[in-house]
Amino acid sequence: MKSRFKSFAPYGVIWVVLLFLPPVIPRFYTYILTAIFVTALLAMSLNMVVGHGGMFQFHHAAFYGVGAYTFSLILTKTSLPFWVGFAAGPVVAAIVGLLIGWFCVRLTRLYFGMLQISLGSLIWAIAFRWYSLTGGDDGIHGVPVPDVISSSISAYYFILILLTICLMIMYAVLRSPFGMTLQAIRDNPERCEAVGINVRRHQLLGIVIATFFAGVAGVLFVVLEQSVFPDLLFWVLSLEIFIMCLLGGWFTFAGPIMGAAIMVSLRTFVGIYTEYWTLILGIILILLIFFLPEGVWGYVLEKFGSRPYGRVERKDVDASGGERI
Amino acid sequence: MWMLQVENVYKSFGDFKAVNGANLSVNKADLVAVIGPNGAGKTTLFNLITGQLKPDRGSVIFNDENITALPAYQICRKGIGRSFQIANIFPRLTVFRNVQVSVLSQQRKSWKLFYPADKLAGEETESILKNVGLSDKARHIAGSLAYGDQRALEIAIALGNEPELLILDEPTAGMSAEETAATMALIKRLAHSRGLTILFCEHDMEVVFNVAQSIMVLHQGLTIMQGKPDDVRNSNQVQECYLGGAEPC
Repeated sequence: MKSRFKSFAPYGVIWVVLLFLPPVIPRFYTYILTAIFVTALLAMSLNMVVGHGGMFQFHHAAFYGVGAYTFSLILTKTSLPFWVGFAAGPVVAAIVGLLIGWFCVRLTRLYFGMLQISLGSLIWAIAFRWYSLTGGDDGIHGVPVPDVISSSISAYYFILILLTICLMIMYAVLRSPFGMTLQAIRDNPERCEAVGINVRRHQLLGIVIATFFAGVAGVLFVVLEQSVFPDLLFWVLSLEIFIMCLLGGWFTFAGPIMGAAIMVSLRTFVGIYTEYWTLILGIILILLIFFLPEGVWGYVLEKFGSRPYGRVERKDVDASGGERI
Repeated sequence: MWMLQVENVYKSFGDFKAVNGANLSVNKADLVAVIGPNGAGKTTLFNLITGQLKPDRGSVIFNDENITALPAYQICRKGIGRSFQIANIFPRLTVFRNVQVSVLSQQRKSWKLFYPADKLAGEETESILKNVGLSDKARHIAGSLAYGDQRALEIAIALGNEPELLILDEPTAGMSAEETAATMALIKRLAHSRGLTILFCEHDMEVVFNVAQSIMVLHQGLTIMQGKPDDVRNSNQVQECYLGGAEPC
């Protein structure tokens, strides 16, 4: 129990610091931090299927966009209350995840990924072309988010709290028998079949949960920006969040948060000086793949190690990784 | 009454006939071996029984039930566990978790979403690890284990399903003489202590004739005979085509 407390303590400290930041930092930084929270949730949801589930979820942004569009459309086109839109975003994203996932889990790795890209792009095309409903490439602006959460500081707290709740749920899921089985499927699907696990159905549920959280992230994006546009479900964004997971570390729990922080910071701060900031990202990625294949967070854990979660002890974990927070 | 019956099973890959009329009967609580030269179709036959592959023709009957068309995970749930020829484990998970995944599946708890896995199936998992001699390595990452230990883990994963029939595909492949002896002793002990029925294939003839109660000889995918070790040893046909006869048949 004590060691568990010890491994969670640093996260608790960071959380408390985050709680007290907005009054003392410039508004712009509050905004950037909020953007990192949203992106982190999106990357975390992707990592659930990619890092922990071993599936080639190549077009995860589609579900982020579906969540954001559903929320925005309900708020702008109907008179339904805010919370209905808020709940509908993630649910619709999960339903679309179920539909697309149902086909994808029937295919093996790369074909899974290719089908995802195709079906996800189809959703993008609908959002891009259906002017009368989605506003086409202009998107929807001025989404009437309730006043209580529309200022940058209140949005910050609202999103931080929701992110925390989502992360706690994700952590519980990953530590559950279901999460453990999902990781076993990542390692060896054939073996899982042979011990009586219905691999496809497990993968499908994994996708549904991940797309639900992508939907939550989509809704939070609208809370922050009060607008939505087709870029949100474009494949380029899917690639970016994939890179965030890689940057932070596939096989760690919190890695994608770090990946999202690095990515958003690079875009914001290096992007000011040069529009070629992706060039720097490219160089970082090359170095990373060669020298830190387990990602930045994977490396930090390796060096300064919190223990892997579960019953694993740090000293027994070799470079091939393990279950880590 | 037979526990497992394989009747006239065929499987081709393109023009290659991997299994070409295999027959096999396994009695409850027996240790049955399948022997045959490399490429005889032993692994394919096992894959056909456990549902990794579907036969082109023929049937597999387990406890009076036709299981031929079932997917692998359902066949496992009927009570057939298996190990693989190459160490087929979950390399990134700990040894403990490797076995726990299988125990949880057996207990139909793989779907639990919000309950910590740490609090489930611990005792069963530890007892299996103790059985195969891996208790002291429970917290190691499986991928970092020595080869012999990975093979033992492989068997431990299969035991997690509490199978009635355990199928072992060359359990001693790539092992030294001592490791082979230890593994065979383990298999015998398991068969005895858990009342398991075991079907295995093996190329070390000494091992097979020492341990098995019934031996099936497979040659080019075809069952030549099945019988007691002495009958198999004395069969002219088997001598000719497999046990060092002058000409292959």
